[in-house]
Amino acid sequence: MSTSLLVPGSRRGAQSMERAALKGRSLWDDARRRLMGNRGAVAGMVVLGLLVVAAIAGPQLTPYAYDQVNKTDVWFAPLQNGHLIGTDALGRDLLARLLMGLRVSLAIGLVATFVSLIIGVAWGAVAGFIGGRLDEIMMRFVDVLYSLPFIFFVILLMVTFGSNFILIFVAIGAVEWLTMSRIVRGQTLTLKHKEFVEAARAAGLRRGGIIVRHIVPNLLGPVVVYVTLTIPAVILAESFLSFLGLGVQPPMASLGTLIANGAQDMELAPWLLIFPSLVMIVTLMSFNFIGDGLRDAIDPKDR
Amino acid sequence: MFRFIGRRLLVAIPTLLLVVTLAFFMMRAAPGSPFDTDRRLSPEIEKNVLAKYGMNKPISAQYVDYLVNVAHGDLGPSLKYKDKSVIEILRENYMVSLKLGGAAILLAALVGVSLGVLAAMRQNRSLDFGVMAVAILGVCIPTFVTAPLLVLVFASKLGWLPGAGWDGGALVNMVLPVTVLALPQIAIISRLTRAGMVEVLHSNYVRTARAKGLPEHRIVTRHALRAAILPLVSYLGPACAGLITGSLVVEKIFNLPGLGKFFVLSALQRDYTVVMGMVIFYAALILVLNLLADLLYAVLDPRVRLA
Repeated sequence: MSTSLLVPGSRRGAQSMERAALKGRSLWDDARRRLMGNRGAVAGMVVLGLLVVAAIAGPQLTPYAYDQVNKTDVWFAPLQNGHLIGTDALGRDLLARLLMGLRVSLAIGLVATFVSLIIGVAWGAVAGFIGGRLDEIMMRFVDVLYSLPFIFFVILLMVTFGSNFILIFVAIGAVEWLTMSRIVRGQTLTLKHKEFVEAARAAGLRRGGIIVRHIVPNLLGPVVVYVTLTIPAVILAESFLSFLGLGVQPPMASLGTLIANGAQDMELAPWLLIFPSLVMIVTLMSFNFIGDGLRDAIDPKDR
Repeated sequence: MFRFIGRRLLVAIPTLLLVVTLAFFMMRAAPGSPFDTDRRLSPEIEKNVLAKYGMNKPISAQYVDYLVNVAHGDLGPSLKYKDKSVIEILRENYMVSLKLGGAAILLAALVGVSLGVLAAMRQNRSLDFGVMAVAILGVCIPTFVTAPLLVLVFASKLGWLPGAGWDGGALVNMVLPVTVLALPQIAIISRLTRAGMVEVLHSNYVRTARAKGLPEHRIVTRHALRAAILPLVSYLGPACAGLITGSLVVEKIFNLPGLGKFFVLSALQRDYTVVMGMVIFYAALILVLNLLADLLYAVLDPRVRLA
């Protein structure tokens, strides 16, 4: 928006200038102000921003590659010989592996959450909007899935098809959509009797069109909150699988595999456990703080 | 009430059927077989082995056979542990997991509720902030981080507690695994309790109790707590699911002879019957616990009517 404002001749620039002049305080302005006033959430966003930058740029900047074996550098303690936070049993630089692991864990968190978002929103919006028989069947299906011991199915899935990246996304995403669909359905039920939906119907829009154009955009608030709380849950689930040896396979690293390896060698080399654990905790905490902050900002209940 | 229980049990049947079906076909879709060994079996022997376990029939027939057996309470023989049935394996190993889980949930409820009540009574004071900070940390630190860290400190460095092993369920061996399992639950329970207490302490009947001149500890224990811990009851089901998940990690790290350790091992060895038996066992356990939670809720809260 800022660039288009600088180009006075463009139509979009003119439009957004006009809009800026007319703009009152929207729901989202309110939410943003409340979010920025929440110290925990702001700290979480800053820390998360740093982590994301480190995960994207870090692996390119370290002097060693994450899978580079250095036979002479085995079990180096932190700060020894240019290895900032030490090396592992194969002499691999822990910093390089940690940054790579962070990248992998964040990527899995984002992609699997996206999978769960798509399924959950579609399922919940359709069930809630169409209602009746279909709603009953769809939500009963969710109820049944809810009572399954899901971690076992994820483990079975990984054992069955071997662990590969895409499967991890699918498996975890397929587990996490249930709560999303419930939230979305509840929200849709209250939305569908609103005047703007009636107006859209009166204007001749079909059900599919109403769901996509009017219902889904208005679900954004609760969905955003739940997404920020799903990402850490997914990261946790992936690490859990990796810890059991079913997730990301070596030499690739994720926070879970690093912690698992660190736990094996912690007597000899405690730094292998401590640094990955710290990064994991900080990552999860920043997501949780942001999620809590967003909920306080968007949820109208506590205003 | 009985109609409610009956209906819930009826709903449980399709759920269990789905569990069995999913587990059956996923296990069978896996490459590899339980009879893979280093030496290749000769084709005749392999044929005999498969015939013994009825695995030479078409898969649909095997599925029907399995369903019929399960309906009769027979989970079949283990394919890896010769001369043992799945029921036997479950029976021999569930006590360890049950003891761990039971102790963990008790500890979590005791500590979590106490912390939550204390925090609510000192709302927005330093004790409150301290408890809530611990609660946030507890949610964010996964089991597989706390377990090795505690072992490192209390077993390796200080040498106070054994870092692994079960030793017939000796108390010293249980301290670390139970603590690790309970920590995340303590975090969640203390948060739930605090939220419930804060709300209840502002309610009219608590004000009435205060006006009557009751001492504060009576108000808290007799009047407020009963209503405040209601949300905890509905958390019981998810809590147990969390404990089961946690026990997979804890039993592995502390090398405990429980079901969780068995599950991953059996899945990797393609011991079909053991894996399916455990999935069914856990699914049934979760269903029963959820039902119990709902019943308990109705007993504790007279406003809830089961229909």
